[in-house]
Amino acid sequence: MSHRVTPQSSSAAAMPTSRRSVLKGLAVTLGATAFPAGLLTACGTSTTPSSSGSSGAGAGAGAGSVTFGSNYSDPAPKDAFAALTQAAGQKTGTDIKINTVDHNTFQNNINSYLQATPDALFTWFAGYRMQFFAQQGLIEPIDDVWQKIGANFGPAAQSLSKGLDGKFYFVPIYNYPWVVFYNKSTFKEKGYEVPTTWDDYMALLKKMKSDGLTPLAFADKDGWPALGTFDILNLRINGYDFHIQLMKHEVPWTDPRVTQVFTQWAEMLPYAQPGSTGRIWQDAVKTLESKKAGLMFQGTNQVAAQYVTDGKDLDDLDFFPFPAINPQFGQDYMDAPTDGFCLAKNAKEDSVAPAKKVLEYLGTAEAEATFLKTDQWDVALANGATIPTYNDIQKKSVDVISKCKAVSQFMDRDTDPGFASNVMIPSIQKFINDPSTGGIKSLQDSIEAQAKTIFTN
Amino acid sequence: MAVHSRPRARGMSPRDRLIVGLMLGVPVLADLAFIWFPALSSVALSFTRWNGIGGFDQIKPYGVENYRIAATVDPQFWPAVEHNAVWLLVFVCFATPLGMLFAVVIDRNIQGSRIYQSVLFLPVMLSLALIGIIWELIYSPNYGLINTITGHNQDSNLVNWLGDPHLNLWAVLVEACWRQAGYVMILYLAGLKAVDPSLREAALMDGSNAWQTFFRVVFPVMKPINIVILVVTLIESLRAYDLVYINSHGPVLPGLELLSILVTQNILGEQTRIGYGSSLGVVLLVISLVPISVFLYQTFRREARR
Repeated sequence: MSHRVTPQSSSAAAMPTSRRSVLKGLAVTLGATAFPAGLLTACGTSTTPSSSGSSGAGAGAGAGSVTFGSNYSDPAPKDAFAALTQAAGQKTGTDIKINTVDHNTFQNNINSYLQATPDALFTWFAGYRMQFFAQQGLIEPIDDVWQKIGANFGPAAQSLSKGLDGKFYFVPIYNYPWVVFYNKSTFKEKGYEVPTTWDDYMALLKKMKSDGLTPLAFADKDGWPALGTFDILNLRINGYDFHIQLMKHEVPWTDPRVTQVFTQWAEMLPYAQPGSTGRIWQDAVKTLESKKAGLMFQGTNQVAAQYVTDGKDLDDLDFFPFPAINPQFGQDYMDAPTDGFCLAKNAKEDSVAPAKKVLEYLGTAEAEATFLKTDQWDVALANGATIPTYNDIQKKSVDVISKCKAVSQFMDRDTDPGFASNVMIPSIQKFINDPSTGGIKSLQDSIEAQAKTIFTN
Repeated sequence: MAVHSRPRARGMSPRDRLIVGLMLGVPVLADLAFIWFPALSSVALSFTRWNGIGGFDQIKPYGVENYRIAATVDPQFWPAVEHNAVWLLVFVCFATPLGMLFAVVIDRNIQGSRIYQSVLFLPVMLSLALIGIIWELIYSPNYGLINTITGHNQDSNLVNWLGDPHLNLWAVLVEACWRQAGYVMILYLAGLKAVDPSLREAALMDGSNAWQTFFRVVFPVMKPINIVILVVTLIESLRAYDLVYINSHGPVLPGLELLSILVTQNILGEQTRIGYGSSLGVVLLVISLVPISVFLYQTFRREARR
């Protein structure tokens, strides 16, 4: 090309570079704004870092093939899930192909994933978190599947699997309880007793502190662990019905009953491990493992699992349900989050029939037993599921969950997930940083103002 | 582009014009598609309500309500603006001058300058995500490097570097400056190497000392590089995101809010508020436009004068 096209003096040479970098910066700034959904869809579906096909090995050629979107990306659940789908493939003669996506990415992209061309089946959670997407018409109702598997589940599991319209949308695979953990050896050595009332509990915390222990191991850097503490206090003080009404914003967050929850929590907070907003929950479990802490309130899916990961003595670990506060509700309720599977509305036409067959298998005690063969912290929901590999933690989990009059699913599953993560997580972190009475008041006002902008239907 | 030849165009064959057309047309199309279209759509979406599900019929007009919510209801908005401003100030007043100082010192060919150069540049070669993870381990309350070395790793006396809302922004800024200083150093070092040594010799002959040589002679000569560095600094501080995202380990921790983080928290995720997130993006765009406009105005005015 002639030099006339690019007339440039040497001193100006730096300019185009910098101007370009300005525009590049502009693009970066804006990149986040308009089209993340579309772009991420592409990533979500094309990024299938580990797809392992489990073939139905001749069991039924032509029975169809199904893709299964999985967020079971950690090694242990991933193996268990592979074993489960292999069994399902063999039993139903279906060719199942798993697309595993990192669970955070999976959850963040679920919106665009389900609207594009999703896998026929996908792993998901019970509660409002499923009901919302069912209501938006992104999950296919599976009443016909439930006609076959209905007898396998009790009424609690059945109601968990229904959408707001009363149709079935979900097949559960396992759940786990949120309870108070302790080391048997610590209790034995110091002569502690399991508390069943709030007063006993506070007395125990005080005793532990004077014994030089950190009474409550606690971490909330991840944001969600403290939501569990809110849930259980609200369930104990105000009961299940109020809790669910609050989660659906049918009761304002400025209600004095909510104040009561925060006030009671503030009483307990001086006994919790300080610096929690900078600590990941795994490190809090380590405090319990090293017996520097007396108690820890979290799910078995985290605490027991971390004991296994760290090679600690799972036999020394034990738990009790959170003590009763309001005698009217006793220890009737707890968070027991349930995971399971859904059928995507946008699934390919020819994969719907085989996908339903797979779901019929997944909704059996046999399937749950297969999944839990290597799992040492979750428990099955199906009636009469006999799982020979259960350890003491799992046996006790089944027991405490079955004693509940109702189980909630955890705040980020019982309410609008955006509200849970963008409003409640920072608000509760703020409360942990400043549990004063004045702080609680303004916090409740702020939560309510934000809730009004989110729940607007 | 008009390809069929009309030999009037001075010295440009049809082929030339095709090439010029392609070379201009493709970037212009890319510019429109990837910059202007998303930017204008964001502005339009910021006046709507939409949860990201369904087609255009689901996008409901919402007036300036999103902006009102940001300014009066969202407790994270004003802290985010403030933290963006602090970030910018620290970069302009501390990280960038520090990087320039490194460059000037290394440029004097002190012993082992290659080693210093590599050590200081190393953080720039790491991704911001990796830097975030490294520092997260350093700041970890019970098991982190700093608290362990200083003996503050017991529950009774620990320093909550990333969780304490009065401390964490500064802790993250240390990470950011660690990288930014190295980045500026390399840019500036390249500029210094290009300065004609005879200029310095002349200054020396005229009896100027080291300060005078730098501020009166070298610094003005390096004006183009200085502008590049200023722009880089502005961009890096306005698009700050990665370190806070990694160090928050979930939704942003109180004390670390940034506009960019709030945008993605509202737009990505299971329950999206596209309209609200877009309005925050527009706020960030408007803030970014101020330094960019000043820069472009200056540049074009200078070119026009030439």
